Amino acid sequence: MYGEATRSVVLAGVGGQGTITAANLLANALVAHGYDVKTSEVHGMAQRGGSVISMVRFGESVASPLVPLGEAEALIATELLETLRNLEYLVPGGKVIGSRTRVDPLPVLQGAVEYPADAEQRITELAPDSIIVDAAGIAAECGDARAANTVLLGILSPLLPVPEDEWLAVIDKLVPKKALEANRQAFLAGRELGGE
Amino acid sequence: MAEKRLMTGNEAVALGAYHAGVTFASAYPGTPSTEILESFSKLEGVYAEWAPNEKVALEAAIGACLGGVRSLAAMKHVGLNVAADPWFTAPYIGVSGGLVLVDADDPEMHSSQNEQDNRYYAKAAKVPMLEPADSQEAYDLIREAYEMSERFDTIVMFRMTTRVCHSRGLVEAREPGMHVPVPYEKDEVKRVMIPGHARLRHPVMVDRLAEMEEFANEFPYQRREMGEGDAVVVTSGVAYQYAREAFPGVSILKLAMTNPLPRKLISEFCEQFKQVYVVEELEPYLEESVAALGLWPRGKESIPRTGELNVDNVRDAFPELAKGNPSRGHGAHVEGLPARPPILCAGCPHRGIMYSLARQKAIIAGDIGCYTLSVLPPLSAHDCQVCMGASITMGHGIEKALEIASGESEEEGFSSHRVVSVLGDSTFFHSGVTGLMEMAYNRGRFTVVILDNRTTAMTGFQDHPGTGTTLQKEPTITVDIEMLARSLGIENVRVVDPYDLEECLAALQEEMNRDAPSVVISRRACVLRDKTLERIPYEVIGEECNECGLCMRIACPALVKRGDEIKILADTCTGCSVCAQVCKREAIMKSRSES
Ligand code: SF4
Ligand code: SF4
Repeated sequence: MYGEATRSVVLAGVGGQGTITAANLLANALVAHGYDVKTSEVHGMAQRGGSVISMVRFGESVASPLVPLGEAEALIATELLETLRNLEYLVPGGKVIGSRTRVDPLPVLQGAVEYPADAEQRITELAPDSIIVDAAGIAAECGDARAANTVLLGILSPLLPVPEDEWLAVIDKLVPKKALEANRQAFLAGRELGGE
Repeated sequence: MAEKRLMTGNEAVALGAYHAGVTFASAYPGTPSTEILESFSKLEGVYAEWAPNEKVALEAAIGACLGGVRSLAAMKHVGLNVAADPWFTAPYIGVSGGLVLVDADDPEMHSSQNEQDNRYYAKAAKVPMLEPADSQEAYDLIREAYEMSERFDTIVMFRMTTRVCHSRGLVEAREPGMHVPVPYEKDEVKRVMIPGHARLRHPVMVDRLAEMEEFANEFPYQRREMGEGDAVVVTSGVAYQYAREAFPGVSILKLAMTNPLPRKLISEFCEQFKQVYVVEELEPYLEESVAALGLWPRGKESIPRTGELNVDNVRDAFPELAKGNPSRGHGAHVEGLPARPPILCAGCPHRGIMYSLARQKAIIAGDIGCYTLSVLPPLSAHDCQVCMGASITMGHGIEKALEIASGESEEEGFSSHRVVSVLGDSTFFHSGVTGLMEMAYNRGRFTVVILDNRTTAMTGFQDHPGTGTTLQKEPTITVDIEMLARSLGIENVRVVDPYDLEECLAALQEEMNRDAPSVVISRRACVLRDKTLERIPYEVIGEECNECGLCMRIACPALVKRGDEIKILADTCTGCSVCAQVCKREAIMKSRSES
């Protein structure tokens, strides 16, 4: 039946953090493995530091490019508040792969509201199957802090049927030369954390 | 079999147009349409350009089509308002090479000021319209659009929406076609729309409508999906994808050509069912016509008329159809989280000047660009904004109204210091120039601030007539804003550096108090593009800072308050120095550790 076999991953973060690029890597890896894939992404105003979200869906024949609530098997998030905000996309019991990064939104900068200080704790309570790491720190050790998203993709990767060499081939193809080695390392470091 | 490639709808349209033999394309950037021209321009042997605005883009495309090549104009939904003048007469004069307008609507207003439904433009202009539902259809249907354009001798509307433009899907390209340019032939009765000629052409359009409807009834991309049950869903565009997923097994009539509507097809297919549903985004465009056929559809009484559709709200609208795919619950919905609106970048050159402006007692008529974000507190530096270029013209009206209301004549210089119009460089070229002329000609005396950051930042840094480079990054002329303003008759034109608050404040005060119109150009490259900056971060000297919070009023994302302490995030700070200038205690200094 239509849609039945469709699987979904949601990637959330703050405009400018590179979620579109990460979603594109993931989508291409899934295409290389033979899936039908659809993604959706946010351009324009929200990219100026607003909440952004990218979605990747794959299966035999994908209909909607948007993930229905409760259908993402994983939420990849580059910021703690955005992780909390998007938990509802997860299937009950779904996996959170998050970065321990805090970016204060405007109302917090102004002091109008407080940043939820217990964000990480709340995430692990609400989504027990979660792994939250210092993605930027790990990426920096691999040579480029901006490869934080690739660390998170690495953690996700053992959950998907795409083998390591196909992932690396897609990274080779899509990541600019300058950042390639750091991204390869970042991916592998993440993949190890992810349990493979 | 050809290799399938993952492409956005925008990329697919560009490739499909290319494979249809299109060699001319013109556009003004606007989310969600921008990447159509960007990807088209990279293809071999084509001409592509950024026009100063959408009207210009469409007219240039009409010209190219008369010149004999297949041509394309692309714009966002509100861009078609700007281009509406040529839009309504283009179908009168017909085509030589095929001509398609690619329109990108933005339901939910991800990056727009309204969510108008441009399908009505196709209907109002008697222009055939195609609506793709994903990237593959964007590729296939744009090729059909050119065939239709030449077959029916008319411009065609290709109507997309954000989730088609900015979704990626697999595209299988077909063998590219070729279009041989049509030799130019003079035909003034058909192409010069004086009333006598236009009266001959309008009936041709009406007759054509009937022919096109016949065609729409037979058009192979109108898809009938037979399912189970006694209900049928009529839908088009991306809404089809939501319906297909929300209502598994239900019969669907998925329309690709939605003007003129294939009434015979709709009636014949729908009459087999007990209940007809219409699932569409925004206005009840299809629903009205389906209702007019006497089919008593269900639609907008349950489906939202504002915002985007998705599987969830489509399913919730008609749960009786969703039995095959009920909602199964979801992860936690966390209430009360701080919102994260977009914000000016750290070091954005707009910050200094908008901060300076916000401190004047002025009505600030704003415009469309990154700087509109300064409307949010704490800057709160916008009073009104409606569409591209309206800052100057609304400012003009406000000034005149204040004079009328106060009963003072314009000679007495009552209100000249109260109104300031603010707009960006790209917006100024788009539609600010005529406003400046209005102000100069009709003796306005307010101040226009042009935020010249040398790019079209909001849509992703496109070139424009003031950047000195074309879409292909080739050198070209640079329009000189100072000279342009002077040539319109404005004598007081000056340039300030928005990183220098004292200069900004002094210039604004002087110009706003002047009993004459003035232009202040706030010039500095967008910080995301500026290669000349040193980027040495600033830091807060703890002993000097008394946590007065003054610096927080400029809303820089690099400045954070953690507990009582104010800190600068060294990774985010670009070293623009604006916060240091705001601080009265000299507690913010250029960081020494970095140098
Ligand atoms: S992109 Fe450029 S113009 Fe826009 S907010 Fe950032 S610095 Fe300012
Ligand atoms: S110098 Fe101050 S205002 Fe400029 S980017 Fe750094 S923290 Fe922000």
